[in-house]
Amino acid sequence: MASIVQGMRRDNGALLTVLLFVPPAVLLFTIFVILPLGQAAWFSLFKWNGLGWPHDFIGLQNYGRLLQSSNFRTAFCNNLLIIVFSIAIQLPLGLGMALLLARRAWGSVAFRLIFFLPYVLADVAAGLIFRFIFDGNYGPISSLIQAMGGQPLFMLADPNLAFTAIIIVVVWKYFGFHMMLYIAGLQGIDRQLYEAAEIDGANARQRFVSITLPQLAPMLKLSVFFSVIGALQLFDMIIPLTGGGPFEKTNTMVTFMYSFGITRMRVGYGSAVGVILFLVCVIFALFYQRILMRDE
Amino acid sequence: MLKAMIGVVSLGVSLLASTAIVQAKTVITVLHEETNPATVGLWTHIAANYEKAHPDVVVQFQYLENEAYKAKLPTMLQSSDRPDIIWSWAGGVMHAQIDAGYLRPLGAAALAVLPKMVPADAAAYDVDGKYYGLPILTDDVCFFYNKQLFAKAGVDASQIKTWDDLLAAVKKIKAAGITPIAVGAGEKWPMHFYWAYLAMREGGGDIIAQAQAGKNGAFAGPAFVAAGERLQELAKLQPFQAGYVGTLALQADGMFGDGKAAMELMGNWLLGTQAGNAADGKGLALSDIGVFGFPTIPNTPGRASDELGGVNGWLVTKSAPPAADDFLAFFYQPKYQQEAAASGIYIPALAGTSSAISNPLVQQIAGWLDKASTLQIFFDQALGPSVGRVVNDASVAVAAGQMTPKAAAQSVQQAWDDEQQ
Repeated sequence: MASIVQGMRRDNGALLTVLLFVPPAVLLFTIFVILPLGQAAWFSLFKWNGLGWPHDFIGLQNYGRLLQSSNFRTAFCNNLLIIVFSIAIQLPLGLGMALLLARRAWGSVAFRLIFFLPYVLADVAAGLIFRFIFDGNYGPISSLIQAMGGQPLFMLADPNLAFTAIIIVVVWKYFGFHMMLYIAGLQGIDRQLYEAAEIDGANARQRFVSITLPQLAPMLKLSVFFSVIGALQLFDMIIPLTGGGPFEKTNTMVTFMYSFGITRMRVGYGSAVGVILFLVCVIFALFYQRILMRDE
Repeated sequence: MLKAMIGVVSLGVSLLASTAIVQAKTVITVLHEETNPATVGLWTHIAANYEKAHPDVVVQFQYLENEAYKAKLPTMLQSSDRPDIIWSWAGGVMHAQIDAGYLRPLGAAALAVLPKMVPADAAAYDVDGKYYGLPILTDDVCFFYNKQLFAKAGVDASQIKTWDDLLAAVKKIKAAGITPIAVGAGEKWPMHFYWAYLAMREGGGDIIAQAQAGKNGAFAGPAFVAAGERLQELAKLQPFQAGYVGTLALQADGMFGDGKAAMELMGNWLLGTQAGNAADGKGLALSDIGVFGFPTIPNTPGRASDELGGVNGWLVTKSAPPAADDFLAFFYQPKYQQEAAASGIYIPALAGTSSAISNPLVQQIAGWLDKASTLQIFFDQALGPSVGRVVNDASVAVAAGQMTPKAAAQSVQQAWDDEQQ
């Protein structure tokens, strides 16, 4: 009898916990995630300037226009390029640095801190700093080129170079974050694996390929995931750097949404961009989790 | 029991008293994007005087940076704590705000000021005979030049009358090793001044009204195409500073202030911004700056007296208390607007104040405005944000040779058609 009462109490306790903690979470999620999502999808079917309530229903025209817009295609491709460069440059760089700095050698902690610092900086601040660094009149890069007898270089005003400049800042800012992820991963690898491999006569390359990489795989998958989602959402670094220019060559989907949706008061059109961006993110996240992160 | 009753009653009294205190203070929030410290100083001074005369009212000025202001305002207007008085460029945005029902017509107190306004300025705020706001100041876009650099290049500004004269001057200045023109094309709108003025010369001062009515090929018509061709004529001479497509507006103003460029086509606020953004914080002395109007093009309907500019003002939002109208009436007292004129910070829209202008350059510009046959509001403001920003995009793309003049004109027409649908 006593145990039954106790069991009921425990059940009541669990029920109470559910009643106490789930509704606020569901409510918050609904108010701040589900409703805005639905709202954006709804707005995207209207021609609407953001004032008042939408009433000019145009079906899928906003989407049709987006797909025809060469500026949107550029923005979309830029997102893909940032993903490619993040994975091709930023992650290997982060991994290399992690391998160098994971050991408790002299100065490694200081270097870790230095490489991690850019990540702590706000994107906007990084953008403003590099706007100065890339400036053709008084920026250090251009000054250096001029000191070597070259012409002043206006990277951010050059349609062929501006995007490269953005990639440089992205890599500079985020490789430290990925380095930290890898360091954490590396420190979790059992030392004995390496010792056993050394006894078996494995060389450094073999140890890296057969022990480090497989052991680091969960961290690598996670870091690729972060890079891709981060690249898709890149916005606040680009606005101070180039504002999407020159000639709309450096937009991402989010800066496109801002300058062609919000600042032009075409909220319906901008919402369509938001919906497409959301779908891209969701599809990627689902596939990635299903296929690559199945085991974790 | 008695104690409890006394307690309840005293609680009630104190609640009443506290709400009375809350009610006593009416708060008027004024949202603006003005950066000139002298202007903001004058406004806060006026507000402080108003608060002194009306102890029950608090006037709060809130500032947002220009781009942020434009981007955030639509959302703020929809919230319940929208500002009571907002800064405006009139034109398309104002009409959209009225159509959505976020503004209210002026109350009697503010309307009483209206007859004292310069008629052309007041007209910018006339919406089918109703007024939702009042103009404060007028801006005019014209060429500002550095007298020393012009002298060094041997160019006489008073001889620049036609477009060809300007092109000749640019060539001469460039030959002297000086950057002829500073332009902040990174923000695009400064370049639209060229395209807009050229269209007004090619098609006449009322070109926007013509295009809006669908006359002469509308925005894709010959005047707009010719404007692009003229702009390319100028751009071919490479008159702008290196990297101009990435330069911000205030950076370009600073360059002019630093004496790194001989000219800038800008609104008269440049007199303030060239100083504030110069490396030494002082910029050029007033005596070193000259102005000349945008040149004419022979055998075109545009006149030298067709001016491009802006009429900025205050709009009253729908939930604004009557005190907002009262404050505006207080704000527009001649003594304050004369103070603004005398210190040269802006050209007030209140009639009879221009005589108080002491700055000779501002005086000269105010004189042009007085005699203007047309005062066309900046195209990007007049046409509203969705079409206006396409004008800005097209202007930069044409100047940089990324777009043909014809395609540029068509892109504006396309945006206009989309808007009208």
